[in-house]
Amino acid sequence: MELVAEKKARQNSKELITLTGSEAVLRALLAEKVETVFGYPGGAIMPIYDALYDYHDKIKHILVRHEQGAIHAAQGYARASGRTGVVFATSGPGATNLVTGLADAMIDSTPVVCITGQVFAHLLGTDAFQETDVVNITTPITKWNYQVTDATEIPSVLAKAFYIAGSGRPGPVLIDITKNAQIQKFEFAGYEKCQHIRSYRPNPIIRKEYIVQAAQIINEAKKPFVIFGQGVILGKAEKEFKKFIEKTGIPAAWTIMGMGAIPTDHPLAVGMLGMHGNYAPNVLTNECDVLIAVGMRFDDRVTGRLDKYAKQAKVIHLDIDPAEIDKNVKTTVPVWGDCKETLPLLTELVQEKSHPEWLQKFKEYKSQEEKECIHPELNPTEDTLTMGEVVKLINEFTDGNAIIVTDVGQHQMVACRYAKLNHSKSNITSGGLGTMGFALPAAIGAKFGAPQRNVIAVIGDGGFQMNIQELGTIMQSKVDIKILILNNKFLGMVRQWQQLFLDKRYSFVDIESPDFVQVAKAYGIDGAAVTQRKDLKNAVATMLEHKGSYLLEIMVGKENNVFPMVPQGCSVSEIRLK
Amino acid sequence: MMKREFTITVYTENQIGLLNRIAILFSRRKINIESLNTSPTEVESVHRFTIVINETEEVVSKLCRQIEKQVEVLKAYYNTEEEIVWQELALYKVSTDAIAEKVKVERLLRQFGARAVAIRKDYTVFETTGHREETDKLIKELEPYGLIEFVRSARVAILKGSHDFHERLKEFEQKEPGEDVIENEYLDKKEEVFTL
Ligand SMILES: Cc1ncc(C[n+]2csc(CCOP(=O)(O)OP(=O)(O)O)c2C)c(N)n1
Repeated sequence: MELVAEKKARQNSKELITLTGSEAVLRALLAEKVETVFGYPGGAIMPIYDALYDYHDKIKHILVRHEQGAIHAAQGYARASGRTGVVFATSGPGATNLVTGLADAMIDSTPVVCITGQVFAHLLGTDAFQETDVVNITTPITKWNYQVTDATEIPSVLAKAFYIAGSGRPGPVLIDITKNAQIQKFEFAGYEKCQHIRSYRPNPIIRKEYIVQAAQIINEAKKPFVIFGQGVILGKAEKEFKKFIEKTGIPAAWTIMGMGAIPTDHPLAVGMLGMHGNYAPNVLTNECDVLIAVGMRFDDRVTGRLDKYAKQAKVIHLDIDPAEIDKNVKTTVPVWGDCKETLPLLTELVQEKSHPEWLQKFKEYKSQEEKECIHPELNPTEDTLTMGEVVKLINEFTDGNAIIVTDVGQHQMVACRYAKLNHSKSNITSGGLGTMGFALPAAIGAKFGAPQRNVIAVIGDGGFQMNIQELGTIMQSKVDIKILILNNKFLGMVRQWQQLFLDKRYSFVDIESPDFVQVAKAYGIDGAAVTQRKDLKNAVATMLEHKGSYLLEIMVGKENNVFPMVPQGCSVSEIRLK
Repeated sequence: MMKREFTITVYTENQIGLLNRIAILFSRRKINIESLNTSPTEVESVHRFTIVINETEEVVSKLCRQIEKQVEVLKAYYNTEEEIVWQELALYKVSTDAIAEKVKVERLLRQFGARAVAIRKDYTVFETTGHREETDKLIKELEPYGLIEFVRSARVAILKGSHDFHERLKEFEQKEPGEDVIENEYLDKKEEVFTL
């Protein structure tokens, strides 16, 4: 009798650790503390969805309307929360629909883990139904990818996936799991988080001598200038960064991806760099004597013409990715490492200083920009509404405490130029890839990543129609986001270029739109449209006070342009105010 | 900066798909790969790619950093011809009749260090190993007799200054996190590490 009972107990305990590959996937997600997955089911990922059925009280699954929506939502989630976003998609078209988002996450260093279903292993390479070579398609746009054909690999591969996606310079990882591996039963020995991969060195060792050299150069500088990117946010080094600039008294400008790492109204904050950035930081890049770049990668939209970029300056570059050092701009002192560690080391060695005259220069350029660009944009005298005045109202109502998600185009540049942000992880935009259609799903994801915060998506009439189907996701998931459409009835940014550089030959930029308010209504989302200034303030207030999602369409001037502008191929100091 | 020949040596994990991951770093930048060889190394489970390209040093050094950035790459080095010992192998197939009648086979063998690796009634296959110029010379020599087929292998190269590399690769194998020294220790000290 006893023996039988014992045997049974043993069998039971053994049964406890016999899992299917699909169950192992979900166990891995739980172990990685994933609570939200954005996804869309299909044939090749059905076993995982079947397992999810039993886990739906532990893992929230947001059913999107298109896999591109899923990955942008996961990106928004990651950017708002500082955690890794997770996506499920099926094989073939499901997986290929992720491509844009992967490319976006790759270039903007966003930690995302995508799990795609794949046909049975024995069908690989046979042109089976919905078989696509997703691993090879996504190789250049993933930090790492891997195909699992045997369930026993799942725990260790997923552990690697999360480790790689989130460590060092983050990025997207795609794990393709064949259907046989999803249904295969195996002995699950528990999930162990990955801490180390011998060929992968996410955090380069910090070289003290470079910190010393950098400090020396900074201490001798007369006109030092700090430019910072998303590295500060990804490294969770906002405090360290603030201490560094405050001790040295150095003015600091952000790339679009770095925006919000320090409050936009910090006394040393001098604005945004790049093509539509502020006047002072662009011009003075070519006047500073020491340029200290922190967690940024000298994108061409930031540098303009490279051979005329900061040639007079000594360049100190702090970055976690050794491949970024000297990639575009030759550095005088490379400071490899996680800026959360390098910045305090540097701060310790630099002298406490202030640079009143140098800061005054920034103020002078700023007042020129104020007069020529900012004031007219924010306080227009004509009847037509400007994008800027809308952003100004948002600032007034939110006092800089909302998360602003932007799409791509003029409205993105205006929003990033004028938005007031008090907190890090508040600016979510597609910086490197410039993906239209990003904002709506990213805003949904951002709200799930930071439910306590207000999320406002600022989108153009063109970009809104690129992932408009995600209104369905909002409807079903009951997420609360505010959608602000700045409608200029044009593909505005392209039109601006055609006007300025192509003799106003408006080639296919005239875009018609449906009644967005009606469309939203059909999805059960309240909304309103505004055409006149007298209604604007109330309309914005109504939107922000509304419980639940809301769409506000604002008709703005059709042919307004974003200035200043560094024309393509020009030096940053050739920035135009009009 | 002038373009010149560089031999890139990449130490990697033995992983499916890694060849593609490395190859697309070249094709994305429109860099033609002159020769590519994959091989095991003296350390078990570590693989080695030997890649030859014509480029400026600036491009090659950036490329190596991009290669090294790949998760499964342990280390990538680039070297000029002076810094390596290298060989390529070539096979030549000719008609046995033509050869027997007209060529002094012994002279061929001696002068070019060639070996006959297959002798059949209808054809003979010679093999020679050496630098590009040497293998090319034998083509010239055999062409008049009707070269039926010619093939040359990718380059294999040994780094002249890598006496302790075996030891350092072993370091990779030690699994403790923490002292991941290799990355920065040598990144800007190429000369010290790799010249004779
Ligand atoms: C997917 C995609 N396709 C095309 C573009 C090129 N593009 C950049 S801005 C822009 C116009 C965007 O128009 P709209 O969404 O109305 O915003 P606006 O510029 O008018 O504010 C286009 C077409 C892009 N960035 N992304």
